[in-house]
Amino acid sequence: MAYNFYVNLAYLLGAVGFVWGLRLLSSPDSARRGNFIAGLGMGLSIIAALFAPMEGAANNYGWIVGAMAVGAIVGYLAAKKVKMTAMPQMVSIFNGLGGACAVVLAGVELYLFYHGKRMLDTGGLVIILLTLLIGAVAFTGSMLAYAKLEGLVDDRKVTFRGHNIVNNIMLLVTVGLGVWLCVEGKESGTTLPIVVGILALIYGFSFVAPIGGADMPVVISLLNSFSGLSAAAAGLIYGNNLMLVGGILVGASGTILTVLMCNAMNRSLLNVLIGGFGTSGTSAAKATGDQVVKEVTMNDAAIQLYYSQSAMIVPGYGLAVAQAQKVCKEIDDLLEANGVDVKYAIHPVAGRMPGHMNVLLAEADVPYPKLLDLEDANSALPNTDIVVIVGANDVVNPAAEDDPGSPIYGMPVLKVWEAKNVIVLKRSMRSGYAGIENPLFFHDRTRMLFGDAKDTLTKLVAEIKTL
Amino acid sequence: METFYQFFNTNLILIYLLIFTIILGFEVISKVPTILHTPLMSGANAVSGVVIVGAILLVRESAPDDYFSLILGFLGVVLGMVNAAGGFVVTDRMLEMFKKKKK
Repeated sequence: MAYNFYVNLAYLLGAVGFVWGLRLLSSPDSARRGNFIAGLGMGLSIIAALFAPMEGAANNYGWIVGAMAVGAIVGYLAAKKVKMTAMPQMVSIFNGLGGACAVVLAGVELYLFYHGKRMLDTGGLVIILLTLLIGAVAFTGSMLAYAKLEGLVDDRKVTFRGHNIVNNIMLLVTVGLGVWLCVEGKESGTTLPIVVGILALIYGFSFVAPIGGADMPVVISLLNSFSGLSAAAAGLIYGNNLMLVGGILVGASGTILTVLMCNAMNRSLLNVLIGGFGTSGTSAAKATGDQVVKEVTMNDAAIQLYYSQSAMIVPGYGLAVAQAQKVCKEIDDLLEANGVDVKYAIHPVAGRMPGHMNVLLAEADVPYPKLLDLEDANSALPNTDIVVIVGANDVVNPAAEDDPGSPIYGMPVLKVWEAKNVIVLKRSMRSGYAGIENPLFFHDRTRMLFGDAKDTLTKLVAEIKTL
Repeated sequence: METFYQFFNTNLILIYLLIFTIILGFEVISKVPTILHTPLMSGANAVSGVVIVGAILLVRESAPDDYFSLILGFLGVVLGMVNAAGGFVVTDRMLEMFKKKKK
């Protein structure tokens, strides 16, 4: 009896650890402690699972300890070795593995059921199929998201006209077959569950395929929420409250992030999932055709920056691609030494995952009070002497404010054109991921500085040093 | 319908738990500053590694000669462990960077 009590207490404390840890994770000062406490909760949960009383169980501790050692070493090394710039990819992979684990569990449970080693009623089958479906989408979806983030897969090459219709049909068929399986039970034969599993795995890929570019942060948070839900569903299979609580918490946090990301783009989740940015934006005004952009010389840019009162750097995905965060910080230091007030304006969907820019800049040692969010940045911009845009495009597009025909119309953007001067660092005049013209480049306060972001910033550093 | 009533009545506590956890989850995480979006996502992702508990229970109750279950269960434990261990370590690395710059 006492033994049972300690096991249950450990599960309970594990669940409290998750809740408390996530609570602390949502405030900067306590976040690290929060992560530690959640980790502690995980440790307790695993210990409880190892020692929970199970009548007549063979235990097979050798298998379990071996697997845990392999998993812990692989996970630890991967997490320690990964470059900070590859963080979105790493998080995607980890997320996919959680989903894969749920798929494996559901697969084994189905196998046991069909071989008469497990009795299941309809409710039990429904839960297992839910675990299978959600886990499969989280798994293959995350893997494709990883491949996209890593640049292994070109967004435009994995999607085709009418992709969403195909996706919806596939989802309907998969769910339909799943329902049939639940109704028929064992009578349906072993082919059906295998077909359902494979369809679900394909659907995961296909579901993420048409979504790319600037919509990546939404998909990543959504997949995160799916892997949580699959863990919760698996908790129902084993009647384990801790798994249910942990999984639901992750599902909720993923959902909140998804909603935040959608709001930051002023689009509904459905809109993100159905219409890729680039495909729906044909009504954009193309009136900018004969306008010319004005370039600035390196020397001028350096002088403007060095002798300003206040400067604001607006980073975007281009900063991540060029890995220019450290050079950015170097310029920041040089300017600060001359008394310039340097701030960074961070748009919520800048980059490819929620908070991407914050992580990059933190890696370059930029203190986080210098990072302004959308609202603070917009109220500071009219009093800013000079804005430097490093690899951002759609999040500084004035069309979102004043062109109702633009696909991003209504999306909250950084109003950089309200600052006194704007310098845009850009590789070429190609449009951003959204494939939309950006009138900002033709604005009279805007000057362009073409070239690779890192190259340009390095030259700028050298130029500033000569002043 | 009768089955549903019965399901509801017998699993009442579970349903309470489910609903309260959803509410709690939304409440706990609702106001996150942008700076913590990535670490929160990554930390939550590590928590979803709790699915490893299921994998451990599965291997424990498998028959010692049921290699299908054992091998897949082994795989499940590895996957869950990579997710959990890697997730917490990576989150810690991120938060460590945020920490040291506070002057």
